[in-house]
Amino acid sequence: MKNSYDAAVIDCRNLWKIFGERSGEAMKAVQEQGLGKLEVRDRFDCVVGVQDATFTVGRGEIFCIMGLSGSGKSTLIRHVNRLIEPTSGQLFVEGQNVNRLNARDLREVRAEKIGMVFQNMALMPHRTVLDNVAFSQEVRGHDVTERHENAMRAIDAVDLNGWDQKYPDELSGGMQQRVGLARAIAADPSILLMDEPFSALDPLIRRQLQDKFTSLSAEMKKTTLFITHDLDEAIRIGDRIAIMKDGALVQVGTPEDIVTNPVDDYVADFVAGISKLELISAGKIMEPVESFEKRRGPVDHNAWPEAEPDHSLDDLVNLSIATQHPVVVKADGKPIGIVTKNALLRGIQGEVEDPATLKH
Amino acid sequence: MADIEFSILDPFSSVDLGIAESADGVKGWAIANRSIIQPIKSFFNEMIVGIDTTLNAVPPLIMLFLLILIAWQAAGRRTAILVGILMTVLGFLSPNAWGLAMTTLAIVVSAVIMSFIIGLPLGILVGKNDRFESAIRPILDTMQTIPAFVYLVPVVMLIGIGNVSGVVVTVIFALPPLIRLTSLGIRGVNPSVVEAARAFGANPRQVLFKVELPLATPTILAGVNQTIMLSLSMVVIASMISVKGLGNEVLRAMGRLDAGKALVGGLGIVILAIVLDRITQGMGQSGRERGHRHWYEGGPVGLVLRQIKKPKINQIEEPQKTNA
Repeated sequence: MKNSYDAAVIDCRNLWKIFGERSGEAMKAVQEQGLGKLEVRDRFDCVVGVQDATFTVGRGEIFCIMGLSGSGKSTLIRHVNRLIEPTSGQLFVEGQNVNRLNARDLREVRAEKIGMVFQNMALMPHRTVLDNVAFSQEVRGHDVTERHENAMRAIDAVDLNGWDQKYPDELSGGMQQRVGLARAIAADPSILLMDEPFSALDPLIRRQLQDKFTSLSAEMKKTTLFITHDLDEAIRIGDRIAIMKDGALVQVGTPEDIVTNPVDDYVADFVAGISKLELISAGKIMEPVESFEKRRGPVDHNAWPEAEPDHSLDDLVNLSIATQHPVVVKADGKPIGIVTKNALLRGIQGEVEDPATLKH
Repeated sequence: MADIEFSILDPFSSVDLGIAESADGVKGWAIANRSIIQPIKSFFNEMIVGIDTTLNAVPPLIMLFLLILIAWQAAGRRTAILVGILMTVLGFLSPNAWGLAMTTLAIVVSAVIMSFIIGLPLGILVGKNDRFESAIRPILDTMQTIPAFVYLVPVVMLIGIGNVSGVVVTVIFALPPLIRLTSLGIRGVNPSVVEAARAFGANPRQVLFKVELPLATPTILAGVNQTIMLSLSMVVIASMISVKGLGNEVLRAMGRLDAGKALVGGLGIVILAIVLDRITQGMGQSGRERGHRHWYEGGPVGLVLRQIKKPKINQIEEPQKTNA
């Protein structure tokens, strides 16, 4: 697993959430007897929201949690700022166990360390855009000029200058969600929680906001937990993706990992419709030079087009369209692998032919 | 009552638990504790008399003008015209109608202030706490349905006749809708907005004052409106315990079978009700439903502010144009 991030900012360990009056008993039964979701429902009349979620999010990383509605992703994200109390397990934010914080410290963490964007915007209709954006600083008691300055900067960052004195219902859906984003970043928190922020928007606006968010987050480098039910969105935005099903994390990995190596049929089903052109790199589908030469005999690849291991399939298609030769993949000027036309075509289908070539 | 023979088919008439007699003990208790009530009573009496004398001290024409301005500010120009016409009609109903109406208005205003002070915190509690709601709901039902004559006597025994008992009796009847609607307003606030407020670090008090109460305001004002209407419907009954005003006119006319005088008093109450209803309904509407943002941007206040601000706005706007 790729882990170039220095420290885990969000560290979630064996987190369980069971809803219902007898959740305590149900939790015990699950731990001792290993009951499944349906048994818990029938025996205790409780609903399992999150089962045994363990993951870490590194500093500056964008971690997407992808799942269908009802898979528990919104429940999971609300544990990070403790809008929901876990039934068991721990969650650390920057080394602090959020479930051990007292009410006052928790409010401080919520206002200053964590910004949250909601699917239904949840803006306050009786407050202007400016007052909405400045809310978290207002409840902390910062003075008016300071909080308005910060709020204006955030409004600027989401391209809403001139709208600060309007009320939310005077804005379009896309603009309202930009206000939501501005509100989340106004206090300059280190963590962003995005709960399906763009799901309620139409496709064009959604695309625009995704681009806006990607460029903003490249600039701000905030640790982000991003919830979505749209795999395309997860792939476009996430550094890593977790697939969630029935409250459990089924697979965690980079977009490329998940697309090329789905762990089960459920994930494979999701991945089936995804275009692999931008996702899979030359390094994933190439055949090492030695095994290629063993099969075909020595080859002279001076005239062949050259690529680097992290070139995408799209680049390879462009390279090989002009020639009959396979593409040679070079790292530091040394040839390390060959991509034949057949391998390229299989790669576009999402199939990586020889599992041995995966280890690189 | 032992002389009535017990019958299995009619057990009720032969058994006397003496509830009425023991309930009558309330009267004795009330009389015994009058001295504690007296200082509180005189405080409230002075408040009511103060409001009454103030309203009656203002010359009717100036009062009429003020009412029109208030209506204009709260509910717009059309309501202001309506209020102007109705109050003029009220004044011409009979030579003393205006003064009586002001006295009734003072009683209603006092009752509404008392109801608001008691009802708003209770309504918030009811809205926040399901158990408290189920406890208080039968009490509210009782307050609204029990005939006023039932509690008229104990209240008079405890407090004595006069304005204060009038206000107490009115509050008992007029308070429930304010509590109910405040609770409804608090419960009706979009839970995701409350969640967002909590997610950004608001404490429970900030959630209440910065989110829940502002968003519940239209519903709470509907409750105030209902309280005012119910207060007005109590003025005739309140006049039985020596409360002056339009209600007293109706009561006296009834005793003398004077249909004309009863009509004057009754019409006066109706006109007062319509005027207060329209003004408070206007308050319940948000400013933006009427085409401006803040209450001070419309009505007479807005007009005055615009006159004062006009030159300033021109000065500020010009340098902005050169920047753009």
